[in-house]
Amino acid sequence: MAVLVLAEHSNAALNDATTKVVSAAAAFGGDIDILVAGSNAKAAADAAAQIAGVRRVLLADGPAYEHATAEALEAVIVPLMANYDAFFAPATTAGKNVSPRIAAKLDVMQLSDITGVIDKDTFERPIYAGNAILTVKSSDKKKVVTVRGTAFQAAASGGSASVEAIEAPAGPFKSAFVGEELSKSDRPELASAKRIVSGGRALASAEQFQKYILPLADKLGAGVGASRAAVDAGYAPNDYQVGQTGKVVAPELYVAIGISGAIQHLAGMKDSKVIVAINKDEEAPIFAIADYGIVGDLFKIVPELTEKL
Amino acid sequence: MKVLVPVKRVIDYNVRPRVKPDQTGVDLANVKMAMNPFDEISVEEAVRMKEKGIATEIVIVSIGPAQAQETIRVGLAMGGDRGILVQTDERVEPLAVAKILKAIVEQEKADLVIAGKQAIDDDNNQTGQMLAALLDWPQGTFASAVAKDGDKLKVTREVDGGLQTISLDMPAVVTTDLRLNEPRFASLPNIMKAKKKEIAMKTPADYGVDTAARLSVVKVTEPKKREAGEKVADVDTLIAKLKSVGAI
Ligand SMILES: Cc1cc2nc3c(=O)[nH]c(=O)nc-3n(C[C@H](O)[C@H](O)[C@H](O)COP(=O)(O)OP(=O)(O)OC[C@H]3O[C@@H](n4cnc5c(N)ncnc54)[C@H](O)[C@@H]3O)c2cc1C
Ligand SMILES: Nc1ncnc2c1ncn2[C@@H]1O[C@H](COP(=O)(O)O)[C@@H](O)[C@H]1O
Repeated sequence: MAVLVLAEHSNAALNDATTKVVSAAAAFGGDIDILVAGSNAKAAADAAAQIAGVRRVLLADGPAYEHATAEALEAVIVPLMANYDAFFAPATTAGKNVSPRIAAKLDVMQLSDITGVIDKDTFERPIYAGNAILTVKSSDKKKVVTVRGTAFQAAASGGSASVEAIEAPAGPFKSAFVGEELSKSDRPELASAKRIVSGGRALASAEQFQKYILPLADKLGAGVGASRAAVDAGYAPNDYQVGQTGKVVAPELYVAIGISGAIQHLAGMKDSKVIVAINKDEEAPIFAIADYGIVGDLFKIVPELTEKL
Repeated sequence: MKVLVPVKRVIDYNVRPRVKPDQTGVDLANVKMAMNPFDEISVEEAVRMKEKGIATEIVIVSIGPAQAQETIRVGLAMGGDRGILVQTDERVEPLAVAKILKAIVEQEKADLVIAGKQAIDDDNNQTGQMLAALLDWPQGTFASAVAKDGDKLKVTREVDGGLQTISLDMPAVVTTDLRLNEPRFASLPNIMKAKKKEIAMKTPADYGVDTAARLSVVKVTEPKKREAGEKVADVDTLIAKLKSVGAI
């Protein structure tokens, strides 16, 4: 048996998400190869080769792959799948974008956002915003799987797989990259942050979000998250959204500030180790899952907490 | 330009889903159902395109039980022109949904499909991408802005690092994210008008699609329960507690 793992990377560096997918692939079993498709992505491929348990790294390098568009990735991956029993990708926006295309071309049903591998046909995944856990058995010969990063440990390093360049169609493809606006921040990324401070609608403006949430995050060395309401209102950028339809996180410490605790928000953070809630409504649902709660006005409590830490 | 909008009937997002005691699924008996919220965003986007003169006709499609006609009517009341219900009481997986949609797209000669990024019941996030692959069309997933740009479609996407803009050849598939627009409420006169709009009744067999499930449910269980902790009186106590458990 062999598994093809799609690497998540920035060409220059490998993203941690990849190591979690390798762990899930190891639980599935068989030889593990990693595909790095990018432009000038040798550095990412070399990093992938150091993950323990990897047999080979396949490097598809070319300008058409710089931004990992779904149509270009499909052109590389589908032919490769003749040699593999399974395709595993991270359940990131990049993985979610391309994987169903691969599944459709292989005529198999994808297993999305898995949190457990039971055996080579059977997987666990949350449904209904994490309010139910589905154990599901696939009758398809080949498996196409996206992996929820918070459910798997990072694979160890210390491997020394070979890196092999592979032929990759040069395009043109039916979509083209135009531009991007990436959030710049020195704070830890949400997916890998050990601590996260999140703000909700109660912050009431972008200025107050920055004035109250960011200093606390800095004091804690934390990443910054937000509820959908805070993002919709423009208090925080879209990539801060934690939840069913945003990012799923599981840090050691999650501080929810002025967030009510709708099921869609809980879906993205309820596996955090320690949860703190600050909310003026003692009935807010967030308190039902918080380890420690303070009932009161965030505009008083947060500055005091920031100062005393 | 003809736009096809697939809409799914799902549990209302305000309802807390309950797992059935026999572990076969989530209890949907007597539960409020509604249009998948992302699909409302898709319908809204299509209607705005029509208002701007970009779209000429909006076809609303659902695959599901007879009651999914109500879901289609909501789309028609928002501004859709006509509907197609592909009726089945079976669970239809995204791959089969995509195959049915492909057949409809080809029959209707649609130029654009606007689907939701994810159905909030199964949280699959697959159908739009699968449809694009089956049609060999490009895709713009997780859209927060869509604009016609000559003979191309410019789509801004919500990605993990921020926003990305891509340009798609037409025809294309777009999937919608939360920030694309705010769906309108249908007015009473429009709800009345929608009652007269046509909904064609079909079955998966009409499109020659085998909807047999590839994934079988072994069981559906409750997630691990998280116990509520304690409310603390002040910031000093909070800091002491967090220190005592090693969280800070
Ligand atoms: C399809 C769909 C997908 C969704 N996906 C997500 C998702 O991924 N993530 C997500 O977060 N949401 C998501 N939602 C939205 C979700 O249902 C809630 O609307 C949202 O989480 C509410 O955000 P909030 O808690 O910030 O706002 P609110 O619910 O308005 O809560 C604000 C809280 O702040 C408290 N408060 C007010 N003033 C103060 C003060 N001065 N001091 C202290 N506390 C104060 C209030 O008591 C209240 O509890 C989704 C919804 C839909 C329909
Ligand atoms: N049964 C269905 N009928 C119509 N549209 C559907 C159906 N299932 C999925 N879709 C469409 O595909 C999108 C994504 O669904 P999913 O891939 O199941 O998460 C939805 O938002 C709908 O636009």
